[in-house]
Amino acid sequence: MKNRRLASLSAYPYVVWMAIFVVIPLVLVVFYAFTNDAGQFTTANFNEMGSYTMVFVRSLVLSAAATAVCLILGYPVAYVLAKESAGFQRIALMLLMLPMWINFLLRTYAWMSILENTGLLNTLFSDIGLIALVNKIGSALSSSYVPIDHFQMINTQGAVILGMVYNYLPFMIMPIHSVIVKIDRATIEAAQDLGADDVTVFRKVIFPLSLPGVLSGITMVFVPSVSTFILSKLLGGGTTMLLGDLIELQFMGGAYNPHLGSAISLIMMIIVMVCMALMNRFGDGEDQAVML
Amino acid sequence: MAEKLINLENIHKDYGGKVVLDNINLYVRDKEFVTLLGPSGCGKTTTLRILGGFETPSQGVVYFDGKIINDVPPNKRQINTVFQRYALFTHMNVYDNVAFGLRISKVKESEIKERVQRMLKLVNLPDYADRAVSSLSGGEQQRIAIARALVNHPRVLLLDEPLGALDLKLRQNMQRELKAIQQQVGITFVYVTHDQEEALTMSDTIVVMNKGRIQQIGTPVDIYNEPKNAFVADFIGESNILDGVMNKDYLVTFCGRQFECLDKGFAPDENVDVVVRPEDFELLPPDDERVQMVGTVKSVIFMGVHYEIMVETEHFTWMIQSIYETHVGDRVGLLLTPDDIHIMHKS
Amino acid sequence: MTNKKNGFWGRFLMFLMLFFLYAPIFVLIVFSFNSSKSRSVWTGFTTDWYVKLLHNSAILNALYTTLLVSVLAAIIATIAGTFASIGLYNMRRRWREPLLQVNNIPVINADIITGVSLCILFVFLGRRLGFELGFGTLLIAHVTFNIPYVILSVMPKLRQLDNNLFEAAQDLGCTWMQAFVKVIIPEIMPGIVNGLLMAFTLSVDDFVISYFTAGSVETLSMRIYAMTKKRISPEINAISTILFVTILLLLIIINVREAQQEKAAKKRREEFKQ
Repeated sequence: MKNRRLASLSAYPYVVWMAIFVVIPLVLVVFYAFTNDAGQFTTANFNEMGSYTMVFVRSLVLSAAATAVCLILGYPVAYVLAKESAGFQRIALMLLMLPMWINFLLRTYAWMSILENTGLLNTLFSDIGLIALVNKIGSALSSSYVPIDHFQMINTQGAVILGMVYNYLPFMIMPIHSVIVKIDRATIEAAQDLGADDVTVFRKVIFPLSLPGVLSGITMVFVPSVSTFILSKLLGGGTTMLLGDLIELQFMGGAYNPHLGSAISLIMMIIVMVCMALMNRFGDGEDQAVML
Repeated sequence: MAEKLINLENIHKDYGGKVVLDNINLYVRDKEFVTLLGPSGCGKTTTLRILGGFETPSQGVVYFDGKIINDVPPNKRQINTVFQRYALFTHMNVYDNVAFGLRISKVKESEIKERVQRMLKLVNLPDYADRAVSSLSGGEQQRIAIARALVNHPRVLLLDEPLGALDLKLRQNMQRELKAIQQQVGITFVYVTHDQEEALTMSDTIVVMNKGRIQQIGTPVDIYNEPKNAFVADFIGESNILDGVMNKDYLVTFCGRQFECLDKGFAPDENVDVVVRPEDFELLPPDDERVQMVGTVKSVIFMGVHYEIMVETEHFTWMIQSIYETHVGDRVGLLLTPDDIHIMHKS
Repeated sequence: MTNKKNGFWGRFLMFLMLFFLYAPIFVLIVFSFNSSKSRSVWTGFTTDWYVKLLHNSAILNALYTTLLVSVLAAIIATIAGTFASIGLYNMRRRWREPLLQVNNIPVINADIITGVSLCILFVFLGRRLGFELGFGTLLIAHVTFNIPYVILSVMPKLRQLDNNLFEAAQDLGCTWMQAFVKVIIPEIMPGIVNGLLMAFTLSVDDFVISYFTAGSVETLSMRIYAMTKKRISPEINAISTILFVTILLLLIIINVREAQQEKAAKKRREEFKQ
């Protein structure tokens, strides 16, 4: 008892550190969001956001689309993976996580060189005659057809979604897998025993039981997607500005306005908090969040 | 030889107002095997921790060899402890674990080597010096924990439910072995357990505790045969406990009739607890003239040596142990002789 | 889970997924050895880009900054995080739980918000105390986001400890300090080392938070960012390859360590049951 109380003292320096470098900065964000340059209270920063409605909408739509694609691609993989032996799963999970540890910029850069107009894919398409084929079909269908020499892949919204999917897909697979793998075999056998066929077992037992993992996955893909700020620059050609870029612009860019930046950050913080609250409420996300 | 090696006087302990020990008075003689017995939360472990120096009593005095040791820290006491889950150091091998205390007190390595090996021999693990602690079974870890404590030549060894994590068979073997070790090294053992059988088989003296108070101190035989109150009777062995009225000396009423007994000194018509051990009943045919109560057999469980039979009579359902088989639904007669009936003050 | 094994399509699906994840990285690495600047046409093998890298002073400076900040931040965070873990572990639940929640904020929050909020703090304080964003603020930022991960890897080790370990050491004659140094620290050492490696890896990898807190100082990932914005050079591919191999090695070390510890722990548990 005495020992423990004495030992607990060694946390105090860190508590102070957290207060200064974790709590106060967030308080400052809130403070800046509600003040102007003169330090007076104002809600003008939030009103100003109105002119960026498109950015908000685009951010949310692209992130939602990326999340949906991740779910559609990730769920079957997680499901199939959970059936493998423990050793296989361990290695497969490591392989899934490994790319996550390569610098985000480099992963994105890799796609730039693939998607470019003179990039690997377009070179490939032209080599196998796909572009020529499209041109032939195009000119046959319409006299005003302008022949192309490449497919426009980079600098599109699609490329931004692809970037999000590529970067965050493992975050969808991991939590779903970890929930499915924990489902008691006996539960499934009980369902079979009670007359359920494979499809029914999946629909009535496995899928409902895996929902917490799905929810964690959705959160863990959506949160980084909605807060990303370089993807759109590198893959979207800067025309598809997202929330993260907007924030960056207010702090580092020409449009220096930390008050507006803070207000947008505050909104983003609320989005993150809502997602986290949902995940904690329904999922067992804690373990997975740590793995990030 | 100091008669009282350890003496606890009027020990009170509370955590923020919650009383855990209430007026504990207890002494332990040199070379004695004392067991603190009671259900969880009875204060037995707290008492042990006060002896070890891990807790200080809120009130009262702890004497060791005639000196007050209330404020002596654990590392300065001639007392060592075997902890509940052993608390072995997993980053060291067996040898280093056992040698730990000697190294702290700067004993020469040559002497350490000799003492460690002697200890490992004592606990029957002479070839285990280089083994990793994590490679040992529960029983082996247990022995190493004992060796690690005994190697320091303590005057007293404290053991906090050391067998709790072992399975039944191993536990029984270890009970015998512990007793043998205690006799061999000839030091005082203070042993904490909630297992009454363990307490009965190993101890010289048993201290029964409940809710922070000592209920009874005595030899195993005393405690079993002459429980001081209903709690002790219930906790040690199995008992039928029911309400009764002590009409006068040697005469008690329960179950709607009067019985002769051997107890006296109660107030006239005092409400008392009546305790009857299940093995003390005599089962008779219902029409036998000596029968005091007649009942119906409700259940019969075969327990190996005996049957455990629940017999429902008009006023009470008795638990009875008998070596004779009966069947559910049988009518049986029950007979109690005066020395089968134990009368206790209401607590 | 289910008793049915995967057929061909199940395995194929997993293969496709891994192909999707690794193909771009593979392309990146292959073209780091390409003799021309083209990122789509193979013109021959060369290691020129690696040589060039070695003579690129901007990159070398950035690398030096990254390594310095990562090593310093990892060491500081590990020491601070270990003390903090021990303190938090011994705290009453009532205080510990909310503090652990706060500890988790940098882990779960979006990096950009962590970066921006620290940026605001540093600018705010800098204006009053007269300093500018630079290596110091970068280091503080890294320490701040590293400590939570150290705590998350040390805390479980503390929880696994036998409750009486500290008392056992005292019982055997240790003073408070001896018990701490000779028993507790060695017992949780695996967690501390994992925390250190984790912190180092995260620091090397970080871009977003550094970007907002480094001022005019440049880390490697900031250099890469600058390079991707300007003209494309296979030097980036070369850096990627080097980083990939480094991270791969670090991860293998961490994972092998964890696997060994798990094995030992599992064995211990099983033995205990017997």
